[in-house]
Amino acid sequence: MKANLRTLKYAAWLGWQMESNWTNPWLFAIYSIIKPISATLILVIMYLIIWGSVLEQPEIFSYMFVGNTFYMYVAQVLFGVVFVIHEDREHYQTLKQVYIAPISFYFYIVGRAVPKIVITTIAAVITLAFGVLFLGLPIKLGAVNWPLLLLAMAVGLFCILMIGIALAGVSMLTAKHSMGINEGIAGMFYLFCGVTFPITFLPTWGQVIGLAIPITYWLEVVRRAVLPADLQWDSGLAAYSTGDIFLMLLATSLLFLVLSLGIFRYADRLARKKGKLDMSTTY
Amino acid sequence: MDLQLNWRAMWGRAYPRIIGVQREPSWILFDIFLPLLGIAAFIFFYRAMGAPEIYTGFVVLGGAMTAFWINVLWSMAAQFYWEKETGNLQLYLIAPMSRMSVLAGMAIGGMFLTGVRALSTFILGFLLFDVELEVTNPAALLAVFVVTLIALYGMGMLFSSLYLLYGRGAWHLSNILQEPIYLVSGFYFPVKAMGFWVALGASIIPITLGLDAMRQLMFDGEQIMPFLTWQVELVILMVLAVGFVLAARYALHYMEYLGKREGRLTLRWQ
Repeated sequence: MKANLRTLKYAAWLGWQMESNWTNPWLFAIYSIIKPISATLILVIMYLIIWGSVLEQPEIFSYMFVGNTFYMYVAQVLFGVVFVIHEDREHYQTLKQVYIAPISFYFYIVGRAVPKIVITTIAAVITLAFGVLFLGLPIKLGAVNWPLLLLAMAVGLFCILMIGIALAGVSMLTAKHSMGINEGIAGMFYLFCGVTFPITFLPTWGQVIGLAIPITYWLEVVRRAVLPADLQWDSGLAAYSTGDIFLMLLATSLLFLVLSLGIFRYADRLARKKGKLDMSTTY
Repeated sequence: MDLQLNWRAMWGRAYPRIIGVQREPSWILFDIFLPLLGIAAFIFFYRAMGAPEIYTGFVVLGGAMTAFWINVLWSMAAQFYWEKETGNLQLYLIAPMSRMSVLAGMAIGGMFLTGVRALSTFILGFLLFDVELEVTNPAALLAVFVVTLIALYGMGMLFSSLYLLYGRGAWHLSNILQEPIYLVSGFYFPVKAMGFWVALGASIIPITLGLDAMRQLMFDGEQIMPFLTWQVELVILMVLAVGFVLAARYALHYMEYLGKREGRLTLRWQ
């Protein structure tokens, strides 16, 4: 375990250096927050065009804002995990050395994603602060259910990392599709998991897909933890208690954990069998 | 200048992008169906808010046009960075043709490749979400679309020259120019909603005015909120097209000189 933690630590340090040392710290800080804030502001403007003011439909605004802010973790962390394979194999051509080193490859991949989690957390906090201070987002720090939020974050991040591991496995077998796979899965979650609108607006088959993905339950728990009870837009899960939803989050996360490990192991074996671990496709 | 050589160089650089449409069918999934997921999410968000149906059309149009912006960022602006990383840039530099013909080839190939993808996304979005179009002047629409692309890819040629010396910064710069530009250029809503000054500032990006003009020529309703009339926007786009291509020529010469002087044209893994 000690060796694994050391791998995690140095992989995280490597990830941080690769992530940030291309520029000076101030530019990097601006770079890290401007992209997610812009993505949220697109939705804010869309909302304001239709409703004119946050006060018109505060539950819709809060639902969208909080969902989109926490969705940053899905997009960024998935990208952080999946792109490790592509970056190490194609760009720096170091994957084979890392692979044969006496370390846990899982811990290495997860470690490389740690800087993304840290950067995304900073961006999420700034986005929420921006929402509260300038847009009237009704979050009161004293009213937030912190234990529930922290528990949900732990389970949610673990789940996102597991999904990322599965996709990293798939990207070991593909030439240039890491970005596409990552964006496709993240896009699917964005559409089907009730990020900006309740899943009840989806057709029935879309709702079924949404209910099978843990991100749906994670976002619901997060919203219940941070938003006041009277400003909850019915996501389609209003009939369930928070405990029930948390159980569904755990159950679906467990299912994804098993699936993820299975996919990664299968892809790993296939990649070694077909000699794809050190392939270079100049993408 | 050897016109025949440059003509061949241009089409030689455009060829892999044009032929790529049929050689690499995976783009059908990655470049048509995947963007539709994001487009669908924005449409459902508008619908969940009870927005008029015209916004569905705005999202489908803007979503399809994102393909061009992404192509300009990653396959024009950052292209010389990729070429440097894979070792091709030095081959371009020692070849006897003008580097502008390489940029023009990249632009023509990119326009074709992305045009097929954007059109496919638009048609699918149009069919799936029952978009109501009111095209009264198809010739003007075509003119606006073509001039927008020329201006946009002219800007891409300029960026490509400016990116010539970048290392990993090129990747990050392209990355950061996505969502903020979707926001200020009004990809999913009329740009005038951002306010006059933001719209004016964003007009330096050709797709801002192009989208605004296309919305006027494709839809009917007070929600269009035109920033300027489409005729004025067309004229500005023409000026931008000429200006960007000329600026790209100057920037390319200067950055190449700078790169040679500082020894950064063959520097990899920066």
